[in-house]
This record gives sequence, C-alpha cells and structure tokens, in this order.
Amino acid sequence: MIRIEQLSMDLPDFSLNNVDIHVREGEFFALLGPTGAGKTLILESVAGVGPVHSGRIFVDGAEITRLPPERRGVGIVYQDAGLFPHLNVEKNIAYGLRYQKKTEKKRLDWVKWLMERFGIAPLAGRSVENLSGGEKQRVALARALSVKPRVLLLDEPLSALDPAFREDLRNLLKELHSQLSLTCLMVTHDFSEALFLSQRAAVLNKGGVEQCGGVKDIFNRPASPFVAHFVGMKNVFPACGENGQVRVDCLNLSMPSNGRPEPKYAAVRPEHLLLLERKPVQDNQFGLFPAEIRGMVDYGIFCEVLLDYQDQTLVAAAAKSALMSMGLDAGAKVWVEIPQDRIHFF
Amino acid sequence: MPVKKEPFFWLTLSSAGIILAFILLPLVHVIAAPSMESLWETFNDKDVRKAIWLSISTSGLAAIISLVAGTPTAYLLARKEFPGKRLVESVVDLPIMIPHPIIGIAILSIAGRNHWFGRAIQSIGVEIMGTTTGIVTVLTFVGLPFYINTVKAGLESIPERLEKVSRSLGASQTQTFFRVVFPLAWRSMLAGLIMCCARAISEFGAIVIVAYHPMVAPVLIYERFTAYGLKYSQPVAVWLILVSLALFLGLRFITLPSASKAKTG
Repeated sequence: MIRIEQLSMDLPDFSLNNVDIHVREGEFFALLGPTGAGKTLILESVAGVGPVHSGRIFVDGAEITRLPPERRGVGIVYQDAGLFPHLNVEKNIAYGLRYQKKTEKKRLDWVKWLMERFGIAPLAGRSVENLSGGEKQRVALARALSVKPRVLLLDEPLSALDPAFREDLRNLLKELHSQLSLTCLMVTHDFSEALFLSQRAAVLNKGGVEQCGGVKDIFNRPASPFVAHFVGMKNVFPACGENGQVRVDCLNLSMPSNGRPEPKYAAVRPEHLLLLERKPVQDNQFGLFPAEIRGMVDYGIFCEVLLDYQDQTLVAAAAKSALMSMGLDAGAKVWVEIPQDRIHFF
Repeated sequence: MPVKKEPFFWLTLSSAGIILAFILLPLVHVIAAPSMESLWETFNDKDVRKAIWLSISTSGLAAIISLVAGTPTAYLLARKEFPGKRLVESVVDLPIMIPHPIIGIAILSIAGRNHWFGRAIQSIGVEIMGTTTGIVTVLTFVGLPFYINTVKAGLESIPERLEKVSRSLGASQTQTFFRVVFPLAWRSMLAGLIMCCARAISEFGAIVIVAYHPMVAPVLIYERFTAYGLKYSQPVAVWLILVSLALFLGLRFITLPSASKAKTG
C-alpha cells in the first residue's frame, strides 16, 4: 500500500539515509524511535508536506513522490491535533469536503455521522480552543477521515494526552482500524503503543532504519543494542561464540549454540531475571549467581532493582508486593537466576 | 502588610514616567498652544485640508500597495528557508536605515531621463518628479519594511502544521492561504497597514526632494514654519495629529482581539 524506497534528505542539522519501508494494505504500521530519529520527516514526506531530496514514495502502486499533498489521498493527524482555531468543531470536520464531489446534503449527513461515530456530536458548535486534549484528537481524527483518505498518517497522536484519554483514544484507533480496514502509518516513541496497535514496525535511529519487522518480533528479538534498549531489554552484554558454544563471559555463562550464527551480544529483559532470597538446593543450576542490590526505582506496582554482580550492573523488575514479602532493600544480598530460554543472542 | 518594593521596581517606574513625559510634553504643548480661533481658521484653509487629505490618501495607497506586494514576500520570509534569506531580510530593512533624503535622491536618480528605467516609465506616461505618483512611490518605499516585518511576525506565529493539514484535506496552496492563513493573519496584516500608514504620513525627508508639490501636510507645515514661524505651523500640525490619531485609534480598535478572546487567550 505504502512503499518508501531509498528515501534520503540532507537538512542542515539532520540527514535521513536510504530509508526503505513497506506498509501493507490494511496494516497498522508503527515508526518507532527516539526524538530526532527522523520519524516525523518520513511521515511528512509521505503526506507531501516535507522535503524529499532523493528516493521514491508509492501509494497503491502509483508513485506520489512529486504529487502535491492535496492530490495524494493521504490524511494526517498531528500530536497537537492541528485544528483550525478560527473554525468550530463541525466546520473543522467539514473543511475538506468542499473539495469532494458531494451534494450539500450528503456532506452534512456525512459530517453528522462522523461526529456521532466519534462521540463529539454535542460539541458541534463549540470553539476548538476550549476542548480537552482527547476531544481535540477525536475532532482531528474525524476531520482526517472525512475525506476518506487511502492512507492515514498519525504523528504521535496519543503522546500529548492524559493517561485516561490516551487509553480511550488508543481503543478508538484500534476499533477504527479494524472496522474501516484503514492503512495506518503511526509515528511514536512509545513501544507499548506500537505493541497494542500495530502489526509491524520499523525502529529508526539517527536517520536510518535499525530494524524492521513484526512488532512482537522486534520486542522479543531486537537486532541491535540500540533496539534492545529501546524495547526495554535493559541487560545487554557482549557475547561470543566458538566450538559450538555461545558465551557471555562477564556473567560466566556458556551454552550450546544450537546452530545460532555467531552472536555479538546477549540481552535479557528485566522481568526475566529471577530474584531469590537464598541459593537453591541444586547447586549446578544454569545462570545462577549471587548479587547485591544497589538500589531500587519505584514505579508504583513494580520496582526496578539495580543489581551489582562483579563489575556488572544488571536490572531486574519485580512486583513491589513480592519484594516487600521477601524483605529486600538496598544493600541486601540475593541470588539471581537467568533462565536459559530467556537469553536473546544477536 | 504589602511586600516592600525593591529599588529595581522604582527604577522601572521612574524610567516609564520619564519616557512618557518625554513623548507627551512636546506633543501636548503643540496641541494646546494654538487658540480655537486659529484652529478653526486653519480648518477652513483649503490648502491645509488639501495637504492633509493628500497625506492620508497617498499614505493609504502606499499601505495598500504594500499589502498587495508585501504579503507574498512576508509569507516567503516567514515560511521558507533558502540561501541568502538573511540578505533578503536586510535588503527589506534598508529603507529604515538609510537617511530619507538619500532615498529621495536615489528614487529621483533612477526615475529621471538619464536612467533607462526612468525613460521606460516615462514612455508609458508615469512621471515621478513633482507628482502624486512620486509621493506614493516614496511612501511605499519607506513604509514597506514596516508592513513586511509586522506581517512576517504574525505569520510566524501561525503553526505551519495548520497549512500542512489543510493541504492533506484537499486544499491547494492558494485555497489554504485564503481559508487558513488569512483568517488567522488578518489582524497582523491590519497592524502592518497601520504601521506602514503611520510611517508614510510622517514622511518628510524623501518627499521634499521627490515632490515638494503637490504639498503633503508635513511639507506644508515645514513651509509655513520657515515662511511665517512657529505660530502659523502649529495649527496645521494639530490637525494632522488629530486626524492621524482618529484614524489610527479606529484601526487599532479593529485589530485588538475581543475581550472574551483576550481572556481565554
């Protein structure tokens, strides 16, 4: 549906390098990355409102690289909603319908249907400046969909919202995507949003694609230390392989390679580290070592536990209630277990 | 008990007081000096009325020309980054910095028969020296930077994303300008017109070189001052101040946001 080929641009303080992305028809695709990775630039170049210095963009098989934005059939919703402040809610939604071949009655009916579908009908005559963040995003979504775009581009649509509104809108997006079979390309720096909404994703870093694939695959099997950190796999260590074995020397771990290509890194998610009060009876257990708790970061329901083992720092995550029942705190000695099947080599 | 004010507070307060007095004292004196009889007599003077009308009409025309010619330039400078942009901005600001008699001389030197441009415009019947056209040309020249800079600042305050969204909804660039940019920028455009007009009405140095006649109000005031003295120039000055004030206050009233908007904004 959307094919981006070798997209590059050179800006005074940033460059995008040969980006290739393919979004399938009806797919929800996430463009992930930290601030300044080039995500919005890609989105805007698909919409035709950003620069393209080289490369090509296709929608539905037709090249749109040089087409003006109004002829692309691509809708866009920004983080700040981008509502026209001089128009009320209804007029914002109806803005693009002037350029559609529809009778006045059909336009009015369509706007009314959209307002009802998005739960904003009571706001029709209200000024957009007095709406909440969630209401603004609903209006922006209704406005973008009013012209029935072939593709919907979403630029961090949830990040400026309060948690309650965010969940609400996230569910609405999911619902709309499946009901209308929309092809969506969403920019976000929040991996949990991508996990919830999208089927596939690309992780960007410094203007290049670090990894592209199924969103669950990226989550479980990151291909680089950057992606590992980005998806929350906070324990990344150098690894090596020889004679049919893979080794993580800094943790004194060694296991059969099982045909894996020679890895450079081993990574473990914090929630996959098991904390034990005392040493288990089986002494020769794999991935078992003593550590000292250096500190804890309280996230409410769970805590991140910083552990010192030799000259390494590991991060574990555990339910706060579990830590309390074990009576663990900074300075305590614990045993750490890393299950073999939870170690990801790349 | 109120908090004791720091010396800095009194410094700001006294500085504001001194500046207000510096601006208002001479103006109030000029307005208060002429008697009602002399003001009425001056009002009935055909030459004075003609000069004030010429000042206002030529300034208004210069402002309209600035609106038509300056708005696209202001838009370009507000929205686009291009090599040499700073140079273009400096060129736009040049009329503010150059002494105005030099502007008059410069305009005359290219509008005369000795220059190809002068010959070209004269061949199509446009005369600069000693004409209303010359006055409008000079006023546009000195007023344009004020219009462009005011509108540019206004356009910069409108998020470019609104235009991008408009384009994605099917509007062309021109349609976007008239449906999104203009409704949000018209106040700054009106403010630009006022600035341009205000600058044009007060212009003297360049006009006196390009077109001493027909006489605009500042030239008439100067002539009466040099020929008859302060007493005869003051009533004309008062009328010019009053008419300009009425005009600008009226326009400023339109450009101010409504009370409810100001509160929510």
